[in-house]
Amino acid sequence: MLHNLSIGELAERLASGQVSSVELTRHYLARIERLNPSLNAIITLTAEHALERAQSADRRLAAGERGRLLGIPLIHKDIFCTDGVRTSCGSRILDNFIAPYDATVVARLKAAGAVMLGKANMDEFAMGSSNETSYYGPVKNPWDPTKVPGGSSGGSAAALAARLAPFCTGTDTGGSIRQPAALTGVTGIKPTYGRVSRYGMVAFASSLDQAGVFARTAADAAAVLEVMAGFDPKDSTSVDAPVPDYPALLNAPLKGLRIGLLREFFDGLEERNAALIREALKVYMSLGADTVEVSLPYLPLSVPTYYVVAPAECSSNLSRFDGVRFGYRCSEPKDLTDLYQRSRGEGFGAEVKRRIMTGTYVLSAGYYDAYYLKAQKVRRLINDDFRAAFEKADLLIGPTTPTPAFAIGAKIDDPVTMYLNDIYTIGANLAGLPGLSTPCGFVDGLPMGLQLIGPHFSEARLLGAAHQFQRATAWHTHAPGGYE
Amino acid sequence: MANWETVIGLEIHAQLATKSKIFSGAATTYGAAPNTQASLVDLGYPGVLPVLNEQAVRMAVKFGLAIRATIARRSIFARKNYFYPDLPKGYQISQYEQPLVGKGSLAVMLDGGAVKTIGVTRAHLEEDAGKSLHEGLTNASGIDLNRAGTPLLEIVSEPDMRSAKEAVAYMKKIHTLVRYLEICDGNMQEGSFRCDANVSVRPRGAEKFGTRAEIKNLNSFRFVERAIQYEVARQIELIESGGAVVQETRLYDSDKNETRSMRSKEEANDYRYFPDPDLLPVEIDEKFIDAVRATLPELPDEKAARFARDFGLSAYDAGVLCASRELGTYFEAVVASHGGPGMAHAKLAANWVMGELSSALNRDNVDITASRVSPETLSGLLARIVDATISGKIAKDVFETMWSEGKSADAIIEAQGLRQITDTGAIEGVIDAVIAANPKQLADYRGGKEKLFGFFVGQVMKATGGKANPAQLNELLKAKLAGGSKEPE
Repeated sequence: MLHNLSIGELAERLASGQVSSVELTRHYLARIERLNPSLNAIITLTAEHALERAQSADRRLAAGERGRLLGIPLIHKDIFCTDGVRTSCGSRILDNFIAPYDATVVARLKAAGAVMLGKANMDEFAMGSSNETSYYGPVKNPWDPTKVPGGSSGGSAAALAARLAPFCTGTDTGGSIRQPAALTGVTGIKPTYGRVSRYGMVAFASSLDQAGVFARTAADAAAVLEVMAGFDPKDSTSVDAPVPDYPALLNAPLKGLRIGLLREFFDGLEERNAALIREALKVYMSLGADTVEVSLPYLPLSVPTYYVVAPAECSSNLSRFDGVRFGYRCSEPKDLTDLYQRSRGEGFGAEVKRRIMTGTYVLSAGYYDAYYLKAQKVRRLINDDFRAAFEKADLLIGPTTPTPAFAIGAKIDDPVTMYLNDIYTIGANLAGLPGLSTPCGFVDGLPMGLQLIGPHFSEARLLGAAHQFQRATAWHTHAPGGYE
Repeated sequence: MANWETVIGLEIHAQLATKSKIFSGAATTYGAAPNTQASLVDLGYPGVLPVLNEQAVRMAVKFGLAIRATIARRSIFARKNYFYPDLPKGYQISQYEQPLVGKGSLAVMLDGGAVKTIGVTRAHLEEDAGKSLHEGLTNASGIDLNRAGTPLLEIVSEPDMRSAKEAVAYMKKIHTLVRYLEICDGNMQEGSFRCDANVSVRPRGAEKFGTRAEIKNLNSFRFVERAIQYEVARQIELIESGGAVVQETRLYDSDKNETRSMRSKEEANDYRYFPDPDLLPVEIDEKFIDAVRATLPELPDEKAARFARDFGLSAYDAGVLCASRELGTYFEAVVASHGGPGMAHAKLAANWVMGELSSALNRDNVDITASRVSPETLSGLLARIVDATISGKIAKDVFETMWSEGKSADAIIEAQGLRQITDTGAIEGVIDAVIAANPKQLADYRGGKEKLFGFFVGQVMKATGGKANPAQLNELLKAKLAGGSKEPE
């Protein structure tokens, strides 16, 4: 079936004329119509737009043009602004917001000929680890509809696992690509901070946010990242460094690769999960890699540090949603204060409000030094820890999450327990490092992820290591029942 | 009043003359239709990001170099968070803990000619907010975001000023400087140059500063002076009647000439400053600074010193001529066009530029760069005074004609027959006739009423239509009037 083919295989068929982009697009649109209602992974379908783009891709193909993504459908996380299409960020406050421009990520994929099918559900403003904070309701995990798909890019992950698109975009502020990738059994990469432009990505925590890819294989992710990455003059924090040809580097030998085992990642990890990681390590050893134990003493402070820095930035980033220029406005405001209070009060959900309040608090006069400034100092220490670890190791390996997907409703009323789900992923965000999650087995019939973290701009190494692991294993090929 | 000392510090906001905004590509032109010069960045749309305009950094560094300030090799943009309709993002991007320009100073000439050095604490870059509009709207306010994102240089002084006049002199000096540097158009009506004044009083001799009030948004030199004077009087009266000054922000009402409380310290916002994660620290190296230094023009103080030295002008006159770069340039063009040597010519040029020319410009509200009399034509007029073709008095009439008709001095002199009478015989003839016609005055003069000399001058001038060469007339008249007294009684 078409939807089980990789991007590379689809590109070949498009090139040879075995299938047209329009046919491919129709195939996926039909799947979405049939399968999405029970998943709630996609909240805006852009069928008409998709068919136009597909026709345009077919014309380019007919004219002899070739490209890794030319004519390949995708789904964007609804955090990326898409010209003329609703960009809700999973929030009521942007429910009526039609973006007047394309995010750089969207524009680059569009230029490469990729075809947007629609936009994926997500935790409101990317704040959440379960996709339960969305104004549009929770997303179901295709592996078990009573379970969460993870978050915040839960819609993208679930859509991909359910084969509703060959690839999806996502963003990762504290694990929002890697965690849902792990919980839905797909490949997800969060690149180095600054590798992909943030322009047009609705900001949650600007110093942590990074756009990335969900794909079924590391090779697919490599093809997509190569298009998305690169300097953007519209984003001062994007880095002006050449983008390697990731797909061409996938088979760089792993012989002698020093894999760092993070002691802190195994502390308290359930035995069945730890066993999967040990199995994965055996695969790497068989590929010629060596292991070395490393320690990040400050890593246990990453969750509290993150939950100071991220809310601080979000409290300021979300001030622009005031009911004045765009988005939700309360009915008949009495005066300016009423306009602000009710538009924001009615427009934002509980988790977003909790973070705005936390963030406002930690930046307040008298608390700034104790919280925000101290968190920044700890952030530097965590950064230093990683730097030291990368002197001994070429990449770090551990679990992506402490547990497989949990039940919808299980943690939503207990924010601290929910936040602890990000314990393995947040460090890479605080240090701006690239991280990747690849399927590495099942626990209780639910997929688990193996996380790879590398030094800055080591995406090629991470993708290569994941690709070769995937060639040696079959975990990434499993499809959830009913979505094969 | 004598028992109190006034302490003033100013925060001047100079709008930088960049073509585009500080963090977006939108134009900064003043007076466009509302919201036509606001890009998505200025409107604070979801997902947009600021990108720093390098030109604004260049201009701020230029200012820093001109006041011999330290230039931070690394400075940081911070967010100042507060909600207001004209602030689209809910925060203003400014600099807080690490400004681009650090401590500097500048010398200010006071009324008596004394020079006082005023410290500048810092100068930092920030973006301006938009404007609320109320006209023509009921139960609502309009928002114009054209100004949002316009680059500002906020120049913060030390509390070094001790009177409203000193504050105005300092503000004028900064005004002169930013226009010299061509980093700000200085247009106060359009709000390109405005200030907040921090004012306090303390018993004379006290070391501790009194509690200060901040008067916001003063956009004319006159308002600065009056607002401070009012505020000082208010504070003294308050303290002397047993009250205490509270720290607060006040607004100056120019119609009523009073300041009013806007908000107290307790009501003040907690701005929750923190480094803006969307912008990298601004890193500046020596090469950048040297490149900016190379663009520095001759500064007002240097120019004034040169005028005083080379042209023998008084410090005051040199200062007046250098108060704007354009005025100084005009003056120098007049002198250069003179071609002739010497300080006498330059002094004459200075007097004319500061006198007739300046009053004509003021009267008709014309900018010097658009003067109807060019430096070369003015120089042509001065040449006729120097070579005694016309008198200084006639020259003023000729100037008026030049101003209104745009002709050269020579053309006007010829057309109106204004050439000065320098023929000794002719002048003597007129003197004789005047003396003959006024025997009583002659007798009085000779009897000791020497003031009547002026009367005779006036009569001769009247008879010659003002064209008698004044120096010759004086000499000849003196001789004639005195000559009579030598005769035996």
